[in-house]
Amino acid sequence: MNSWKLWVYLQTTPLFWLTATLGAFLFADYLARLAGRNPLVNPVLISVALVATLLKISGVEYQTYFTGAQFVHFLLGPATVALGVPLYRNLEMVRRNLLPMLAALLVGAMVAIVSAVWIAGALGAPKVVLISLAPKSVTAGVAMAVSDGLGGLPPLTAALVIATGIIGAVVVTPLMNALRIRDYAARGFAAGLASHGIGTARAFTVDPVAGVFAGIAMGLNAVVTPALVPLLLPLLIR
Amino acid sequence: MIRGFFLLLLCQLVGEVLARSLALPAPGPVIGLALLALGLWLWNRRKPFSDEALAASDVGRAATGLLGSLSLLFVPAGVGVVQYLGLIGEQGAALAVSLVASTVLTLLATVGVFLLVKRAMGRGEGAA
Repeated sequence: MNSWKLWVYLQTTPLFWLTATLGAFLFADYLARLAGRNPLVNPVLISVALVATLLKISGVEYQTYFTGAQFVHFLLGPATVALGVPLYRNLEMVRRNLLPMLAALLVGAMVAIVSAVWIAGALGAPKVVLISLAPKSVTAGVAMAVSDGLGGLPPLTAALVIATGIIGAVVVTPLMNALRIRDYAARGFAAGLASHGIGTARAFTVDPVAGVFAGIAMGLNAVVTPALVPLLLPLLIR
Repeated sequence: MIRGFFLLLLCQLVGEVLARSLALPAPGPVIGLALLALGLWLWNRRKPFSDEALAASDVGRAATGLLGSLSLLFVPAGVGVVQYLGLIGEQGAALAVSLVASTVLTLLATVGVFLLVKRAMGRGEGAA
């Protein structure tokens, strides 16, 4: 088998794309460590760019890529469940912060929906885009279901959700540091509420308590945002 | 390791069954998260264990392993997004401005309300 034929074979196999995904992430994570975990050097963003470039160059379809990458993607479910362990270990602290969490949850979820739709609407985005944008702060599966149910475009919603996650993960640390906020429960809760799992992943690299509160915010927002979007959208879109 | 991973999957499975059969508003894995925390709490009341024992247990290690590489798990979905960049197309600038501004506003509002309520509670306790 010559090397061209071998490549043609390999690029259709799950093995190749699973290996490429892990390799791209290890490299991106190495760069992030090298940069002293600087929030601008976001490992998700870098590895996505690397893999997407590789797909573009090789002309391989996303479906083919996903036959390998699905094994990684699948772990999002058990990883969400795994947040139950740090939640349990910090239960006392969570109990002490219950009221601030609930208030921040309601206000934060509303601001996330209203500000996004209002700003994009003022800049001339059409209705279908605004519907797809509304649930952008909530985890991808839930956001796509909300968008679909109200007449949005689920793939566009997925793109906006991931972009929101990366923006939140990049912005949260410098923003909170600039405001001199040292309450890691509050910082983490904001990160998870505004930018779901990607914000939670960032929070865990900054501080374990921030990670726990980010995970809780993500979970709670997955319940609150689907309830709020249908109530708020008619007020925002005419 | 296998036992820990099995427990996580079992919680997710039960969460999925509950979410669908009772038409709960939360997704299966989020219900599974709550079930796991509740299960640990109940277990500790029956047979107390230390925080260190939990961290060193099968489920503790499986959870630490998964959460330690949480970022990696978003890469496949992120790559999927790249193929829909065309959908953003003409609206690119409006959406970029909206996403950045809205994310910053959401972070500020959330952290602000959290700290305000916490401070108000502290003052209430001090007065009582």
